[in-house]
Amino acid sequence: MISFSAVAKRYAGGQQALNGVGFSIAQGEFVFIAGHSGAGKSTLLKLIPAIERPSSGSVLVNGQNVGSLQRAALPYLRRNLGIVFQDQKLLYDRSVFDNVLLPLAFSDFDGREAAKRVRAALDKVGLLARDRASPVQLSGGEQQRLAIARAVVNRPAVLIADEPTANLDAASAIEILEIFASFNQVGVTVLVATHDEALIARFARRVLRLARGSIVD
Amino acid sequence: MKTWLRQHRQALAAALRRIAGNKPAAALNALVIGIALALPAGGYALLDSLRAVTGGSAIEPRLSVFLRIEATRADAEALVAKLKDDARVRDVRFVPREQALNELRAVEGLAEVAAALNSNPLPDALVLRPKSGEPADLETLAAALRALPAVDVVQADAVWARRLSALAATARLAIALLATLLAFGLVAITFNTIRLQILTQRAEIELAKLIGATDAFIRRPFLYLGALQGVAGGVVALAVLWGSFSALNVGVAELAASYESAFRLAALAPGDALALAVYSGGLGWLGAYLSVSKYLLEIEPV
Ligand SMILES: Nc1ncnc2c1ncn2[C@@H]1O[C@H](COP(=O)(O)OP(=O)(O)OP(=O)(O)O)[C@@H](O)[C@H]1O
Ligand SMILES: [Mg+2]
Repeated sequence: MISFSAVAKRYAGGQQALNGVGFSIAQGEFVFIAGHSGAGKSTLLKLIPAIERPSSGSVLVNGQNVGSLQRAALPYLRRNLGIVFQDQKLLYDRSVFDNVLLPLAFSDFDGREAAKRVRAALDKVGLLARDRASPVQLSGGEQQRLAIARAVVNRPAVLIADEPTANLDAASAIEILEIFASFNQVGVTVLVATHDEALIARFARRVLRLARGSIVD
Repeated sequence: MKTWLRQHRQALAAALRRIAGNKPAAALNALVIGIALALPAGGYALLDSLRAVTGGSAIEPRLSVFLRIEATRADAEALVAKLKDDARVRDVRFVPREQALNELRAVEGLAEVAAALNSNPLPDALVLRPKSGEPADLETLAAALRALPAVDVVQADAVWARRLSALAATARLAIALLATLLAFGLVAITFNTIRLQILTQRAEIELAKLIGATDAFIRRPFLYLGALQGVAGGVVALAVLWGSFSALNVGVAELAASYESAFRLAALAPGDALALAVYSGGLGWLGAYLSVSKYLLEIEPV
């Protein structure tokens, strides 16, 4: 499903974020990306939807080399991926409901079907009762769950989450991870970047551990 | 097709939401564009009104034909009959030399001069209104009349007609230049409005790109916004035009009455008014397109 081979990423500023990274993730797997701050977790995740391009090596998603995709092909790659961003990227000028509705704007659903999907996604993360609220009225954990609802509303095959439990207490973090586990249970491939070792230990899944841009074991 | 229609409806709705979200700015933009457009549109309407006058019956070109002094009354009558059948002539009025002398006597100060004459020095004359007011047609007709044996002198008041037509051509050119300049201005105004709009929606645009929106999808609401702003400007221009012409017509009516004319300034005809709105909408769209092409590409999410 996703495979990296000999991937290196050097940013324009000269910062070497990844070096010789190679791994393969099968469909339906649940994988943690672990490592210290600055290890390259976010960079690794950004290579999958081609938000960043590798400096060398190849990143394959469904057999497609996403590093060399044309600009015009990117939207179609990204529609099949659900992404929870490290900075969430919620839109504060519209309601919880409308935030989740965004990814459905360029799908083929009519208004009624789209609304049904939005409510289903909000229900899964326990925010159905807050659909008219503004994101600023939500707690940190609720905002995180809103970001997850938006990522899954399109029912993507792959779910990518960058530090989805940062700034959350242990109980909320476990709740969030359980939501991911439930998506994984129905066949969604899940990648979660985190530096929370206690959480990783608790969920006991496959771990890709990064240190200074390389995978360590 | 259904998806395509829905996406356009959504883009239009998004554009309308943007306008509703910042009504003062939208109103100000429409006003600026409208006033700028009202200038050339008003000039055009003014010229159109004047052409109705110069081409119509209010001030018509005439040819004065003076016969040779030795021409007989029979010659004159034959000529009148001939000219009445001429396709180029609308009507002919015969002014016998006796009548001309009587008219001269009636003019104050000239009565004594007339009395001092022992014979009538004035020739028979024809006053003729041609069908066409075009200077070139007038010249051809005058030349044809001059070639007739009974005719001595033909006075064409074509000079003023030519001057007026040259003046009108110059005015038309000036209006076209003004319209072109202001069209650039309109495109520039929309370009800048859309640029600011893109900057304020930067977060939303970045997110849209990250979750799989195509460039066309992101571009569409901005294009609608530009076009709507242009159309709104066109409507304001029409309102300005209509209002100022109504106000001016009060004075124009008085002036025209003193010339026994029913002349009024006419604002744009419905077809022209529609064309103006469509044209300014098109320019707004163009400004938005240029802006979006430049700035949307620059926003790359990281
Ligand atoms: N856009 C960028 N331009 C230049 N350097 C960057 C950029 N993004 C990240 N880096 C650098 O690349 C390295 C890896 O960064 P990355 O964000 O992938 O780390 P991370 O593991 O996600 O860290 P954290 O846990 O703090 O989020 C860091 O040294 C960082 O400074
Ligand atoms: Mg990170």
